[in-house]
Amino acid sequence: MKMDSMYQEIILDHYKHPHGKGLRDGDAEVHHVNPTCGDEITLRVRLDGNTVADISYESQGCSISQASASVLNDLVVGKSVGEAQQIQEAFLELMQSKGQAEGDEEVLEDAIAFAGVSKYPARVKCALLSWMAWKDATAQALADTPVKESA
Amino acid sequence: MIHTPRSGLLVPPALDTEAIRKDFPVLQRVLHDGKPLVYLDNAATSQKPRQVLDVVTEYYEQHNANVHRGVHTLAEEATALYEGARDKVAAFINAPSRDEVVFTKNASESLNLVANMLGWADEPYRVGPDTEIVITEMEHHSNIVPWQLLAQRTGAKLKWFGLTDDGRLDLSNIDEVITEKTKVVSFVLVSNILGTVNPVEAIVRRAQDVGALVVIDASQAAPHMVLDVQALEADFVAFTGHKMLAPTGIGVLWGRQELLEDLPPFLGGGEMIETVSMSSSTYAPAPHKFEAGTPPISQAIGLGAAIDYLTAVGMDAIAAHEHRITEYALERLQEVPELRIIGPATAESRGAAISFTLGDIHPHDVGQVLDEQGIAVRVGHHCARPVCLRYGIPATTRASFYLYSTEAEVDALIAGLDHVRNFFG
Repeated sequence: MKMDSMYQEIILDHYKHPHGKGLRDGDAEVHHVNPTCGDEITLRVRLDGNTVADISYESQGCSISQASASVLNDLVVGKSVGEAQQIQEAFLELMQSKGQAEGDEEVLEDAIAFAGVSKYPARVKCALLSWMAWKDATAQALADTPVKESA
Repeated sequence: MIHTPRSGLLVPPALDTEAIRKDFPVLQRVLHDGKPLVYLDNAATSQKPRQVLDVVTEYYEQHNANVHRGVHTLAEEATALYEGARDKVAAFINAPSRDEVVFTKNASESLNLVANMLGWADEPYRVGPDTEIVITEMEHHSNIVPWQLLAQRTGAKLKWFGLTDDGRLDLSNIDEVITEKTKVVSFVLVSNILGTVNPVEAIVRRAQDVGALVVIDASQAAPHMVLDVQALEADFVAFTGHKMLAPTGIGVLWGRQELLEDLPPFLGGGEMIETVSMSSSTYAPAPHKFEAGTPPISQAIGLGAAIDYLTAVGMDAIAAHEHRITEYALERLQEVPELRIIGPATAESRGAAISFTLGDIHPHDVGQVLDEQGIAVRVGHHCARPVCLRYGIPATTRASFYLYSTEAEVDALIAGLDHVRNFFG
């Protein structure tokens, strides 16, 4: 059934048991909202040199936005900022594919479960909320601490 | 406001929903693997009957021309049809004069029009520093933001009535909210998110005592009940066509004639003038003074056809039908575990839009899983975010009914919600 291709078991698992949820110390904090539905996220990024040391967040919203934040945390924490940005771009591309892409499992791991969501224009923003917040927070953290690159 | 039958003689005939549904082509649609459409998003927009679609098609096929200009046959026919729609609206809302009916593009434009008239008006209507504007916490954003803009631009103070826990207006401090400084009180007749029907008389009485103008947003009332602008005793009444079987792009602002004569125009352009020179212009009398540019002609004619349809069915009968459906839906919804109604839990003084939350399941997920079963509901904050903040919820799921809604559709919704609970449980 179509529904099942959107609400994959992986998505429901992340929704019910989100990884990394809660606010911890960070170098930058952003608050993003999805005005059409009221999904909200406050997200902090902590960088350790060139590594994404932590992504912490408080959020409320639908299963798709909650699961997506959890998957973001799984995939990106521990990676270099460059690798993380590549993953973010791959996820963005998948979500903009209108159901035409399957996603590269090597890069996106659990996040390929969101391929089905890309068929529902109203839900793509839900899936992207935390990822866009992360991109924004990371840009701010890098701008504040440009010398950390070599630390 | 909602007609409650008191004696056997006054009971409006029950609607033949089976026959009515045959007039609405889209209601025959089948979605996803053979699920019949269950359309419960009527507070967002209504479906359109064949009778309205045919009138709009015939207008374009036989009469299309610009209105109020040209002496050719089509121009005269188009003008007669457009102005005929104004007559139908005037009769539908019991306006004392057809000249009190201004066509706009929607209720939002109607409300913005009033706010701008009052911002540019001379005394005694002018909203300026040291004056106050009063709204309520249950307004649609279209009856909040225009007043916020007016307050910011004029230095006026914006005040509002709060809500009680059971979804009604809290009028306990009415004398402090509406004061001698109040220039205008604008409120919704039927809430689009809570379903509440507001007590017009108490508010109008107080507003009249202090000499404030009264604006009523009747967007969720006009489609569903007898709307009598004289009985309301308001100064302006706004509503939109697409929620009452008409096309999108047509709204109405009714205003008392002397106010429409005294207040300044907002949009300038063709159609709204009397004479124009390079240095100044004089204006056409109302309603044309407020209808700059080519109006939504086919949409107005479609609204006239929609009013014909609604009048033939009978607004009393529609109100009684919706009251029964609302009673049944409230009863069935309250049987669903973990379901919380946001708004009045009984059908008294209540319209046919019912908002609710379902445990911790986000309304987006509720709506998506219901859609898979062919059931269309609205999810989100319904352009009434302050209501969600008031009740401490991010969003709601809303089912809203109309003249073609059936008890079987309520049953489908209840079964759908069971499925949602199992899916996310």
